[in-house]
Amino acid sequence: MKSFSNTYIFIFSTVMVTLVAILLSFVAESLRPLQNKNKEVEKKMDILRSVGKAERIDEVKDKDVYIEEEYSRYITGSYVIDTAGEKKEGINAFNVDLKVELAKPPQEMNLPVFVFTADDSTQKYIIPLRGKGLWGPIWGYISFYEDFNTIYGAIFDHKGETPGLGAEINQPFFQVQFVNKKIRDDNGNFVSVKVVKGGAKPDDLHAVDAISGGTITSVGVQAMMNDCLSHYEYYFKNAKTNQNE
Amino acid sequence: MSEKEPLLSKKYLKLVKDPLNENNPITVQVLGICSALAVTVKMKPAFVMAVSLMAVLAASNVVYSLVRNYIPPRIRIIVQLTIIATMVILVDEILKAYVYEVSKQLSVFVGLIITNCILMGRLEAFAMANKPWPSFMDALGNGAGYSLILIIVSFIRELFGSGTVWGYPVMEKLGVYNAGYENNGFITLPPFALILLGIIIWVQRSRVRKLIETH
Repeated sequence: MKSFSNTYIFIFSTVMVTLVAILLSFVAESLRPLQNKNKEVEKKMDILRSVGKAERIDEVKDKDVYIEEEYSRYITGSYVIDTAGEKKEGINAFNVDLKVELAKPPQEMNLPVFVFTADDSTQKYIIPLRGKGLWGPIWGYISFYEDFNTIYGAIFDHKGETPGLGAEINQPFFQVQFVNKKIRDDNGNFVSVKVVKGGAKPDDLHAVDAISGGTITSVGVQAMMNDCLSHYEYYFKNAKTNQNE
Repeated sequence: MSEKEPLLSKKYLKLVKDPLNENNPITVQVLGICSALAVTVKMKPAFVMAVSLMAVLAASNVVYSLVRNYIPPRIRIIVQLTIIATMVILVDEILKAYVYEVSKQLSVFVGLIITNCILMGRLEAFAMANKPWPSFMDALGNGAGYSLILIIVSFIRELFGSGTVWGYPVMEKLGVYNAGYENNGFITLPPFALILLGIIIWVQRSRVRKLIETH
């Protein structure tokens, strides 16, 4: 076996890592536009799915075009509010990164709201969610009727929850449970929706079944809803009062 | 230096054929088991995983073999890791850009190709001492051996676990649900993949008797 001097080894390693670094940064930079586009389409699809749209996604040939069309047709508005419930100007709700916002102190948060207008011109309001599962981030979109209390639809997704257990939160059987649940009790106080281990009572308007074996992820969903929706409390109240006038 | 051999000589073809059966990386060398259990619920991700692994393995083997005479033995494991990690990141980036849906299904498993023992095993055992072309053939063979098992396992798991083949609802078209048939949820869980692998190893050894250890 040939022997190599220490100097050679140092030079060899330096050259190797430099070459690798250049190659990888070049590839990452040149593929970034395509990857960002994919993420954008995915986000639009998630928003649409929370109101039961984009249902033909498995049938269409060009998913990107289909999603863009559906999105511009149904998502008729979006804006950013603060925790006091006031609208903020000049910020594009779609580009708001909830991960960044939730790390800020509450009074500085930018909270996105997306408005969905159905074919019968009724409106639903879509709120993005983000929280922690067992292994990494989980997120979702939840849509409300005009009373800002009754849930119209919800979807969840995750980065790397356990397949077959926590990962099931992105399955319809879990998500459909949220439909028609209410986030406020009879007195109008915010109670969110609880995810109950062992099964929720069928007539409980504020609870759904957890996923067996996916307790930590299920609890994560509950905490995520509680956290994110609590920031919208004033907005919900204001919006409701405005409607009643 | 011996005479130049033709590119597809018997010796080289043997490098491709052996890992398909008698020296299969999964069933005989028992490497790369974890990904064989994890990504074989459906055929499509299993196929993409197999292709990704083959691409990473071939590229790493060739690159490593090209520079094999310049690599100081004392840091060779680190060099192997760097090369493999680079290739894996390349594959991951490309998947994210061009087949986003699949990359989401594979999620962490593409990254985990880095820890797939087949890769370092082949680099250490073969590419280090061989020229680029045989190293490439060796990579193809081992990649194909890995793919073969993944496809077999995922075919059985998808058919009986989800009732589909490559996403096509075979069981539904056959109308067996009306006759009271139900998909077996257990088959979609990793433990079943382990049982299935065990069965495959058993069948293989019953046919290729020289694989049976005598001690």
